[in-house]
Amino acid sequence: MVTVGESYFFENEEVGPGETPVGRRRRKKFRVWRLVVLVIAALFFLAPLYAGFKFALQNDSGKFSFWAFTTLPSEQGFSGAFFLSMRLALFTALVELILMVPTAIFVHLRLPKFRPVMDFVTILPIVVPPIVLIVGVLGSAPLFLKESPYLLSIFYVVLAMPFVYRSLDAGLSAIDLRTLVEASRSLGGSWIRTLWSVIMPNLRAALLSATALTLALVFGEYTMANLDGWTTMPVWIAQFQQSDAHVTLAAAMALLVGTWLLLSLIVALDRSQSRKRRKVGTQ
Amino acid sequence: MTDVKDSPQPGVSPPSASTGGASVRLEGLVRTYGKVRALDGLTLSIEPGEFIAFLGPSGCGKTTALRVLAGFERPDSGRVLVDGKDVSNVNAQKRDMGMVFQSYSLFPNMSVLDNVAFGLRMRRQSGDQRRTKAGELLELVGLGDQAVKYPHQLSGGQQQRVALARALAIEPRVLLLDEPLSALDAKVRAELRDQIRSLQQRLEITTVFVTHDQEEALSMADRVCVMSSGHIEQVASPDTLYARPTTAFVAQFVGISSRVPVESDGKEVVIFGQRCLVRSGGTTVSGPADALLRPEDVAVEVDPQGDGFITHKSFFGATTRLVVQVGEIPVRVDVRSDAGADMALGLHVRPSIIARDVLVASRTAIEIPSED
Repeated sequence: MVTVGESYFFENEEVGPGETPVGRRRRKKFRVWRLVVLVIAALFFLAPLYAGFKFALQNDSGKFSFWAFTTLPSEQGFSGAFFLSMRLALFTALVELILMVPTAIFVHLRLPKFRPVMDFVTILPIVVPPIVLIVGVLGSAPLFLKESPYLLSIFYVVLAMPFVYRSLDAGLSAIDLRTLVEASRSLGGSWIRTLWSVIMPNLRAALLSATALTLALVFGEYTMANLDGWTTMPVWIAQFQQSDAHVTLAAAMALLVGTWLLLSLIVALDRSQSRKRRKVGTQ
Repeated sequence: MTDVKDSPQPGVSPPSASTGGASVRLEGLVRTYGKVRALDGLTLSIEPGEFIAFLGPSGCGKTTALRVLAGFERPDSGRVLVDGKDVSNVNAQKRDMGMVFQSYSLFPNMSVLDNVAFGLRMRRQSGDQRRTKAGELLELVGLGDQAVKYPHQLSGGQQQRVALARALAIEPRVLLLDEPLSALDAKVRAELRDQIRSLQQRLEITTVFVTHDQEEALSMADRVCVMSSGHIEQVASPDTLYARPTTAFVAQFVGISSRVPVESDGKEVVIFGQRCLVRSGGTTVSGPADALLRPEDVAVEVDPQGDGFITHKSFFGATTRLVVQVGEIPVRVDVRSDAGADMALGLHVRPSIIARDVLVASRTAIEIPSED
């Protein structure tokens, strides 16, 4: 059995001019294996996508058509579900950042010894199954919250916390936070100004990835939304599947492409902004 | 090298950063971290416009003292007075102290000009005022043509000069320098050292400089405060500190000393068969003690019957340092290089004391933690 580790080892092994025929055969064998693993992984990820797009781009008689995509916006419940998911995603991302950015900064600055504890605490939402969370809270939440879709956002904040905290933690570890904060404070910067003008701009990449991960999570979450009785995009897709599978697949694919475009846009904006700053020089 | 090319412009007049300097008094400062007393009743007065260096090994409390002065740390007890006013409970934001840090502290998201103007922005000065003043300060540190660049496009020395301009821009009452040169290479360090000193003298700003490098402290400061284990060993001008150390710690830490065992009666000792006066000012030691000899306190003469022989030789340009083994004791001796050239390793020599008097300390071992 060949493992990735072994393959890496042999790839990096220095082979001099006096390489034996056995060594040469081994190297060739591992190069082939590497290609095989790559092809299998590519098939695993791309085959469902190909099948999905192929099916979404067919009409009922099996011919190529954009019909499923063009009819999608006018399908019953689609726009409602889409905008609900969008609202929840943005609200969740906002609450998540408001809660986690100061927390992560505080832990880095004042409680660095507490970081392993935070690592553990923030991973708990992954360990606790979503169904346990939603059933427990639905039984005990006050009525006004039960009636609002934003109850879901509270769950999503908890669910997204492991990804957001890790992203921020990595971003904060990459800068000399203490020195930057102290430099700003000694120059007369208040905590708010320091956060806004010094820390946040230097955490841009971490903030963007935290936001992107939160948006992707909210747009893909089904269990909680379904149990709470709200028709978000994933719930709509599951429900509409029984009416028209082509349209459902089109919605799923559109969601996938939309998320991908959003992430690409965020990365592109970030890059162009950095480039512009380097060229122009002053704020 | 850019750092050489961009040296400060002699024709540029200092901007209005001069404040005349504030007086500072640290009174009985105590700061503990768990069981460690980083500051152990530190008391010190700093005159307006004075340049004082805190010198000491790692863990001696010098950085803690600076951080307490800056307002980043609160002392467990004691007071910080600036111009006679107690600022112990004023937070760092409102203390008006410019600080240059050991690590590069420029804001990476801002241009050089915006970095320098940051403190002025916090003081709500208009855009034009900010730009003009930041430009003047950049000219002052010789980086007027780098204003639109970003920190990552500058060398380490240039970044520290921008940090200095940024600290000066707010017209601070006290300038705090926390080992600002330690991350730089030797050549840039020497240039920036001269630049900081000349700027400080022109602006007459009260400056506290923390360093573990005695050469930096002795060459820049008006007074040097040598610290050990959270307290002050000695505060004196560099020449007094070197020539008249009052404690064995200072004698060992500042400059190089060889320890030679002697019998002391408190007034005289016999070294290499020669009677020498004991230097006054320090603690009087009687009985078995160590004489602390500077390399320039000792001379050697070639003598085949001499009781010392040369074991090491290092060339320092005008002088050559010899290590002469006298019995069990290695003694460092500086000689003129033309004389040193003829002295081969293994050559027998006769050492003698040429200093007026010598410092005598008790034989208690002095532990100086390494900087690693």
